[in-house]
Formats: sequence, C-alpha cells, structure tokens
Amino acid sequence: MFRSLWQYRHFTFSSIRGELKGRFVRSRLGGLWFILHPLAQALIFSIVLSEVLKARLPDTDSPAAYPIYLLSGMAAWNLFSEILTRSMTVFIEQAPVMKKIAFPRLCLPVIVGGTALINHLLLLVALFIIFIFLGHIPGRALILLPVGIVLIAAIGFGLGVILGVMNVFIRDTAQVMMIVLQLWYWVTPIVYPANVVPDKYSFMIHLNPIAPLVALYQDALLFNRWPSPESLIMPAILGLLSMSFAMAFFRRASPELVDVL
Amino acid sequence: MTVLSVSHLSKRYASYASNLKRFAGWFGASVRPTEEFWPVKDISFSLAAGEALGLIGQNGAGKSTLLKLITGTVRPTEGTAHVGGRISAILELGLGFNPEFTGRQNAYHAGGLMGLSQARLAELMPHIENFAEIGDFFDQPLRTYSSGMQARLAFALATAERPEVLIVDEVLSVGDSYFQHKSFDRIRSFRAAGTSIILVTHSLGDVRALCDRVILLDKGHVLKDGPPDEVVDYYNALIATKENEKLTIEQRREKDEWLYSRSGTKAVAVESVALLDSDSGNPIKTAVSGQKMTVRTRIVAKEDISELVIGFMLKDRAGHTVWGTNTWHTGQVLSNLAAGDKVECRLRLACALGQGSYGLSVSLHTGDVHIDNNFDWIENVEVFDVINSSHPFFIGTSRLEHAFEITR
Repeated sequence: MFRSLWQYRHFTFSSIRGELKGRFVRSRLGGLWFILHPLAQALIFSIVLSEVLKARLPDTDSPAAYPIYLLSGMAAWNLFSEILTRSMTVFIEQAPVMKKIAFPRLCLPVIVGGTALINHLLLLVALFIIFIFLGHIPGRALILLPVGIVLIAAIGFGLGVILGVMNVFIRDTAQVMMIVLQLWYWVTPIVYPANVVPDKYSFMIHLNPIAPLVALYQDALLFNRWPSPESLIMPAILGLLSMSFAMAFFRRASPELVDVL
Repeated sequence: MTVLSVSHLSKRYASYASNLKRFAGWFGASVRPTEEFWPVKDISFSLAAGEALGLIGQNGAGKSTLLKLITGTVRPTEGTAHVGGRISAILELGLGFNPEFTGRQNAYHAGGLMGLSQARLAELMPHIENFAEIGDFFDQPLRTYSSGMQARLAFALATAERPEVLIVDEVLSVGDSYFQHKSFDRIRSFRAAGTSIILVTHSLGDVRALCDRVILLDKGHVLKDGPPDEVVDYYNALIATKENEKLTIEQRREKDEWLYSRSGTKAVAVESVALLDSDSGNPIKTAVSGQKMTVRTRIVAKEDISELVIGFMLKDRAGHTVWGTNTWHTGQVLSNLAAGDKVECRLRLACALGQGSYGLSVSLHTGDVHIDNNFDWIENVEVFDVINSSHPFFIGTSRLEHAFEITR
C-alpha cells in the first residue's frame, strides 16, 4: 500500500500544487483570502466578545491578547477540521476518476492532508507577521508547535479516512459530522478561555482530545508556556489508534469502495 | 501470443441489510447479502497480440463493468483478468486534468496518474506536444482550451506510450474529423506493432471497420463471440426481436461467406424474393452497372395485422449500408391485412452500383424502423455481383453521374 503511494508521489505532489493553485489563483485577492477569512472571524469575535472575556484571560499583559488567543486556537482547529471534512468527502468528489483510472486510492486523502498542511504553514507565517504588528513576539515555546501540527494532522487524517470510507456507504455520515464538528468547536476552548468553564462541565474539556492541542497552540503562540506532557498522552494515543485503524479499515473497504460510488 | 486472458470473470454487487453488517464482513464476520446483482457473470475469453476485439451489447449488458474489471478499477468477485504488459484505457478523455495547469503540466500530472514515471514522461513530452498539435496552447492553462483541444491533449497523452492492451470506450467521436483520422491511424499503427485493442461502441459500422472479432454481451454473459458480420447481424436481429416472445433467429453462412440471417414473428412472412431484369423478367445473379432491375417480393399474411411496411437495404461486402428505404418513407403503408392475404411488391431500381458483391436485405414491420413489430427480416436474402462493362472504369460502390471538362 505504501510502496504504491511512493510510486505515485509525483502525482500526489502535483495534485497538491494544483489544489493550492486553484485556491489562490482565481480570485482577485488571491492568496490573501486564506488569511483574511480567519482575520475577519477573529475581528468579529473580538468585537463581540472582548469586553466580556478580556478580564478573564490570565497570564498575559499583551493588549491584543484576545485576538491572538482567538487566532491561535482557530488556526489549530481549522487545520483539524479542514483535514477531517475534506478527507470525509474526497472519495465521493473524486468518484469519476476512481471509477475509470486504476491508481492507489490512498493518494486522495494524502493529497487532502498535504494541501491542508501547506496551507496551514502559510497561515502560520502570516499569523506570525500579524502578531508582530500587534506588538507580540511568540517566545521559545514556539518550538513545540510542530508537535501540535503532527498530532492534529494524525487525528484529522485518521478520523477523516475512517469517516470518508463510511461516508461512501452511508452518505449521512458527512452531514451528521458537520453538526458534530460545530458542537465540537464550541466545547473546545477556542473562543473562550478554559478557565471560564464551570467545574461541572470541565470533564468535557478533559475528554476532548483536540482541547490539549488547541491549548498547545495558544501556549506556544501567546502564553509562551510549556504544555504538560500528560495532557498530550490522550491525543497521541488517539492519533496512533485512528491512523492504524484507518489504514486497516481502508484496506478492507477498498475492494468494495468503487462498487457503490 | 496471448496478452489478455480473462477466465470465469464475475462481479457481484451486493447490498446488505445494513451497512454495519457490510463493515463487519470486512473484518471476518460471515454476513449474507440481502440482494445480489451480477453485472458480469462467468466471462472467459483471451486476446492475442494485435487482435482487435469489439465489445457490443445494449445498455446494462455489462460492457463497462467488464472494462473496469480488466483495467483494475473494479475488483472481480470471482475469476481473473490477466494482462501481460501495460494496459491503457481511454474510458473518458481528460480525466484527472487540472484546469489551472498548462497543457505540459497536465501531461506530467495526469501522466503520473496513469502510472508513468516523470523521467519517462519527460522523454515522451516532445511526442505528446507534437501529436496534440495545439501549438502555443501547450504552455497555456487548460481552462483556456476548447473542448476539442482538451480532447487532443488527452488522447495524445493516453496514447503517448504504446501499451500491450488498449481499451477505447466510445471516446473517439470527439474532436474534428482530421484528429479523428489521426487517432484511428495511431490505433491502427499500435495494432500493427502488436497492441491488442478492445473497442466498445454503439457504432456497428466502426466495429465492422476496425475489429476482427466481436463479442456480444447480454445480461453479463457472452451471447456470441465470432467474426464481426456474424455477431453484428445477430445483434441487429436481437434488437428487432427484443420485445418479442416468439424470438427466432436463424443464421447460416452462404457460399462466398455471405451471412444469411432471418428473424421475426412471421405474422406476415416473405415467401420469395427474386432479383429480376426489368426488361426480360429473367432472374439475375450478375448485374451490369446501369442495368434496370426489379426486386419481386411475395408476401403472405399468417395473421390479421393492421399495418405493414416493406423495407429494403443493400449492403456491400464490408457490411456498409449502400442504400435502404421502406414504404413508410414513400407513403405506401399497407393497412388491415387479413390472415391469408397475399401481397406482391415490385421494387424497381437502377443498378447505380460499382463493381463488387452486394447483399440485399428485406424486412416486414410497422412504423419507420424495423424495431417495432418485426414480422420478418431477412438479411442477405439475395446476393449478387455487379460488373461494369458499359461505363468507364471507376472505383467505389456508387456510380455517380459525372463528366470531366478539361481545358488547356
């Protein structure tokens, strides 16, 4: 399975290039949109919520703390949700090609994952520049960011492939997941800080495997704090499990995958 | 030498009581599907190097599934399809192209999708560019292409490297006729070099012209496998009698390899057909170009029928239709025949044909085509030769009125 992926690496790379090109070339502002969207969202949330939440953001004296907090958390979440949602629908979107050309199907989610990762790196560079404008320079904890990127990508890819295969057979999967994702977004401390959550609901954050990863981003980009290693155990296990189960599931499913497309 | 051997190939599409059962089945649980559908069932054939096989059959006969099984996009439930070498399938032109890429980038991109290495593609690139003949557009984004240009690029790429087996699925009807000819030439040259071709088409003319063997599929089975004229005529007869319970198809080889086929319900039947010289009334076996001929057909009704159309068709040796019409088009439809009624039809025609051998077919039916109520249809009921003794030499099947005017 992996050797054939390697044989098709050029196709995979040029597909990623094509995806990025398609995203950036056509519109007037081109590449700017991918940063304008999160910025606009952060601006809206800041305006709406900053007065409510400003007082509660601990451990920081930066005046722009809340927008930075928002942008960091949203960057982490967007990486996760992009890989997950695109992997979930990629088999259906690419049905015509899958039906008529014999090639390793695993290329498709890999292309999705690769595109999202490159997009994410570009976004991080842009965020960095914006943070500097806001008078904030992330500290040394930044070097842990790649750990967060790898874990988020692993969980997103693993779950995405499992759900993507299920979605081919049960088309409601993607629809249900869109709702689940919205809920998931709001039970993750992205818009609000973790400390505003009442104690009786804090289990939701402890059970949420994405929450520590979002926190890692916020720590690395804003608070300059080292995350506690224990908090990363659950995401690491989930990443490993979902990736291995995804591979097994995909291998079993692939003979029948094209049959129902 | 066999390049493709398909043995007992079957494909099952299964539906399960619930998809969870399907998933459980992948991990070893024994689950019985609630419903099964076999689009391809127990098909076996083999293809020699350089052989051109036509695949025909009505929609749903299993042609596409068979092709997908051979190309490997769909996995067989039972049996195997073994290909000795590279297989290239043109099932749809331009699949995998990215509109933002230039023609060249797309050739690398979609070429990679076809499994060619980048180094090999780099070698092939000048040939692809040459064959596509799209000039400077080769380095322009694909979205600026016309559909014909896309087809040119796609075909050039799909046939950049000679495969051992080439599968062509009704895609050559795209593009201008110049490029169509060029594409057919390339396919022919591949074939001469030893590539086996599988052609899937509804154009029975292409099948006769290109293939040396035809397989007729019906409901996932091989209904007939043999030389083009035999299978194509059988297929035509099958379509005509499709709706009819009293299906009878009778086929035999006449002398000189002409194939006689007869099908129909026989509610009205042809008793005799004779090709006569109009002036003398004598039967002709060899006609002279320009001769006046009469086709005398005697018909008897076996049942009461409300409408009868009589049709005739002439075909040349290669199976191409030379001419054909029927009494529906001429406004001479017969109505309300009673059982036992006899009809004699005399068709007068001038033999404006070139040298060669011709087959005459007759059909009795209703409506403008013989698909509705095929009463009786006989292919090649009369076979005759045409010689040219009275006119200057010409080639072709039609003697067009002509005159040279030469000045110097």
